[in-house]
Formats: sequence, structure tokens, C-alpha cells
Amino acid sequence: MNAYALFAVTTVTVVTVVIGAWGVRLVRGTSDLLVASRMVSPTQNAAAIGGEYLSAASFLGVAGLILAYGARMLWYPVGFAAGYLALLLFVAAPLRRSGAFTLPDFCEARLGSPRLRALATAFVLFIGWFYLLPQLQGAGLTFGIVTGGPHWLGVVLVGAVVTGNVAFGGMRSATYVQAFQYWLKLTAIAVPAFFLLARWRSDGSPPVPHDAAWAAPTGGLVGTYSLILATFLGTMGLPHVLARFYTNPDGASARRTTAIVLGLVGVFYLFPAVYGVLGRVYTPQLADGRNDTVVLLLPGAALGPGLAADCLGALVAAGAFAAFLSTSNGLLTSVAGVLANDVRLPGWLARRAAGPLTAFRLAALAAGTVPTLLALAVHGLNVSQVVGLAFAVAASSFCPLLVLGIWWRGLTAAGAAAGILAGGGSAVVAVLWTVFAPPAPGLAADLLAQPAAWTVPLSFAVMTAVSAATRRRVPAGVGAMLLRLHAPETLRL
Amino acid sequence: MSERVRVDLAAHRRSRPAPGAHAELVEQTPVGDVLVRELMRVQLGLALRLAGVVAVTLGGLPLVFTLWPAATRVSVAGIGLPWLLLGVAAFPFLAAAGWVYTRLAERNEADFAALVGRPADAPQRRG
Repeated sequence: MNAYALFAVTTVTVVTVVIGAWGVRLVRGTSDLLVASRMVSPTQNAAAIGGEYLSAASFLGVAGLILAYGARMLWYPVGFAAGYLALLLFVAAPLRRSGAFTLPDFCEARLGSPRLRALATAFVLFIGWFYLLPQLQGAGLTFGIVTGGPHWLGVVLVGAVVTGNVAFGGMRSATYVQAFQYWLKLTAIAVPAFFLLARWRSDGSPPVPHDAAWAAPTGGLVGTYSLILATFLGTMGLPHVLARFYTNPDGASARRTTAIVLGLVGVFYLFPAVYGVLGRVYTPQLADGRNDTVVLLLPGAALGPGLAADCLGALVAAGAFAAFLSTSNGLLTSVAGVLANDVRLPGWLARRAAGPLTAFRLAALAAGTVPTLLALAVHGLNVSQVVGLAFAVAASSFCPLLVLGIWWRGLTAAGAAAGILAGGGSAVVAVLWTVFAPPAPGLAADLLAQPAAWTVPLSFAVMTAVSAATRRRVPAGVGAMLLRLHAPETLRL
Repeated sequence: MSERVRVDLAAHRRSRPAPGAHAELVEQTPVGDVLVRELMRVQLGLALRLAGVVAVTLGGLPLVFTLWPAATRVSVAGIGLPWLLLGVAAFPFLAAAGWVYTRLAERNEADFAALVGRPADAPQRRG
């Protein structure tokens, strides 16, 4: 157990709660809670998006995958960053102009169908909870390494802190917390990386042990392109990423925010590979074990016992905790927002929930409890791989809905629902199979483990075909809606 | 393409706004509809072109590495080419693509705003 690390993790958690509480004083109503009243500057918002997006998968998972499987895993960070380019090109400004709070809101505004809205709600919950699960698992893992305490305590601790923070601070506090956590995470991954590189040089630059498979930049074209497709198109369909865009004042600032985010996450992703590669020199035993602990254990292993190793170990532990807290915070805010808006409370509870603010807090409690229980039940998967599966579901459901909804007049509610059910539904089945069932044989294993290559085209095809077949049901106000999505606000239409 | 009505947004950059265009948009007349379709066509074309550039360059790398395995063994300053391209160069490249898109998309919108102008009573500002 490392006392410095324990102190660092406690500090990050306390600071998160305090900044959250500071935000509480500014909260006036649910509009503040959900979208920070849409008055956040592009730079502040971009740091917050970066802070929210760089999750356990980026902080711990990527380095672990590179340690174990090598160069082909570089496609994860490239895809995670490229997803923001797709978001910028096709979605950012029009989505902000749609004026919707959540993905189900967008469905309702664009296609006016309550049943489609309900379907979108179900997918937001699935993606949100599936993305929260690895964050909480990572928290349990880190807690165990730092304190030697039990895995479940870390899971419950982070689950409780985040749930409380969201229930009482909401998005306004989340903006401050997450902007702070982006810079913390960048420092926590970059500073130790420089020390590790210096150590490696002073050791005489020992060669990195590897074989041909580790050095190969692709592991089969289908799998590689499937991963690229999932991450490139999945980012725009993540509920917590979208929610952040509503906090921009207009479409142009949403676009600028996204461009800044691309730069911020790009800088961060330069560093995980350093841990993955040097891990092969100093912690080779992790390649066949819990590879996603390499970021946490490498400073101690490379620098040997001493103050420097303890301090750097404390820094990466703090960064890892910042990653769990900020991503879980954003995800929970979105999931709770959707729950509070779209899921009707049972009668006895509705009578007690006086007003929308109480409803939001109850929703936050429910939204936080489900993944915490799941994380206690399921473990042993690399956090980046689980996150990759959530991306595949988002890319097969919300990406076609958003892209066609923004750029194509012919989309109908029936088409959208059919596409989400066919593509998104297939991706959900593939994901559940990969996580819970025994591995499938041969090519089927690849297609289930990385389903985006077939589920994304399926979703687009079904959505287009069914919309064309039901073209009489194109909503009447589609012209006005598209004008609103695409015309700059300066026109004051 | 030849049968479609085309409105060249950029041609109006230094000209006065088309009379009544703002009202045509607000009232959803056929002319207003053509204007919006044209804005969407220009913006989607820009987005698709940039996505195409990234898809061919970055997205072409797995194919290149598979077809010419020798490329994976090239090393620059002691770092293998795949590591240099995917681990380092990809990120500034993506950020540059995003920056270029933001500039061009804003210019398209400014062209559109200059073409349409403001409501009759509001002062007009060029994009």
C-alpha cells in the first residue's frame, strides 16, 4: 500500500465533491442541472468534454491493450479521437440548433413519434449503463491496488460519490469538475511518462521484447475496420457526449468546441502507448494477466522503491480516479436526465416526488445503482474492450439516426425505429453474447466481438429502405426543422 | 445535376442580399426551400469531402500495411513507421482536419447569411 497514492485518490475525490457542492449553490432548477443553462464558453466546454470523455478505457485500458497485443491496439486511441471528427463534420452544429436536451428529445423534435422516443430511451439506458460498468470496475481495480482493500469497496465508493454528485449538483457542477479533471488527467499521464522515458534512457535503452504479432499494426482487416467504424461513428451516439453539446450557446460555438476537443484528446492519446511499450520492458508479467493495471504499476516497477516512484504512482492513481469520476459523472447525468424525463414514476413515488428536481434526484439514484450492482457481479474484462462494445451499439443505433435525421428529408419515424432495432438490436445481441456466452467458433467470433462492420451498414440500409417504403409518413414540418438545424443563428429566423 | 436549380452561395459574397430572401425562408416558400437545400448540399459536400480525405489516408493504413508488409518494418529515428503514424502523426492530422472543416463550414454559413440578409427592419451585417 502506497500512502501517497491513498492521499492523492482521497484528495481527487474530495475536490470533486467540493467543486460539485460549489456548483450546487448556483443551481436554480432542472434546466441548470441538465444543460448548465447553455452558457458555457467553447474552451471551458471543450476541456469539460475532454475530461468527461477520457475514461478508464483511455487512461488504463489502452496502455494495457498495447502492452498485451501491440501496435494493432493503437487503433483504439486513433478511433476514440477520430470519433470527434465525425461528430464535428456531421452532427455538432445542427444537433445544437435542434434545441433538444437529450437523444430522445431529438427523436421527438425531428420525427414527432412517442414510440420512437421510447425506443431511443431504452438504447440510451443500455449504452449508458454498459459504459458505466467498466468505469466502476476500473475503480474497484485501482482501489484494490492503491489500498489493498477489497474490489467491491472501490466500486461502491466511486458509485456513491458520483451518484451523490450528480443528484445534488448536476451538469453545472459537472462542467467545472470535468474541466478540472481533463487537466489533472493530462498531467497524471504525461509527467510520469517523461520520467519513465528518462529512466529507460538511463538504463541504456534496453530493447522492447516482442514478436511479429505484437509488432503488426493490424490483426485481420475485418476486425481492424470494424473497430475503426465503431469508434469513428460511435462517439456521436454516446449519451454523455451529446448532452455536453447542449451546453453551447449556439451551433457555431458547438462546432468550435468540438474542434478544440479534437486537439485536447489528441494530446492526451500521445501518452498511453509509452506505458504499453515500456511495460514490456519493466512489467512483462502483466501482458498475460491484468494488463489494464500497467499504468498504475509501471512507475513503481521501473523506478524501484523510493520517493519518486511513490509520488508518480500517486499521480497516476489520482489520474485514474479522475477518469472514473468524470466519465461516470457525465454518463450518470445523461442517463438520469433521460430517466427523469422519459420514464414515468410509479404512482406512489410520483406523489411523493414533489417537483421535477426531486424526480431528477430519484432518477440519479436509480441510474447509479444499476451499474454499481452490475460491476459487483461482472469482472475480468479489459475496460477498453467493454467500452469498444458500447461504441459499436451507439454506432449502430444513434449514428444512423442522427446522420440521416440531420441530412435527409426522407427519414420517417418507422424507418428510424426499424433501423435502430435491426442494427442496434443486432449489436446489443453481439455484445451480450461476447460478454456472457462462450466464444463462438471461427469468423463468427470476430463478427460478434467487433460487430460494427455489419451492424452499422445494416442499420443505415434498413433505416433508408423502410423510410423510402413509408415515404407518405415523412413529417409535415420537415422543411422548417431542417432550416432550423442548418441556418446560422445570426439570421434570426 | 443538370436539372437541379443551383444557387451559387459564394457568388453573392460581395453582392447585396437577394431582396426578400429572408422572408422566403421564414415563410417556407419554394424559393426558401431551394435556399435551404443548397446550404445543406454545400455543407454536406464539405463534410463528405473531408471525411473522404481522412478515410483514404488514415483509413487506408490497415490496407497498406496488409498489402505491403515491408512498410511495417520501416523505422524512422528508431521508431517503427506504424507506431509513428498511428501513435503520433494521426492526432495532429485529425485536429488539423477539424480546424479546416470549422473554418470552411463557417464561411459557407457566412455566404448563406450574406445571400439571405436580415429581416427588413434589422441592420444587415456581412459575414
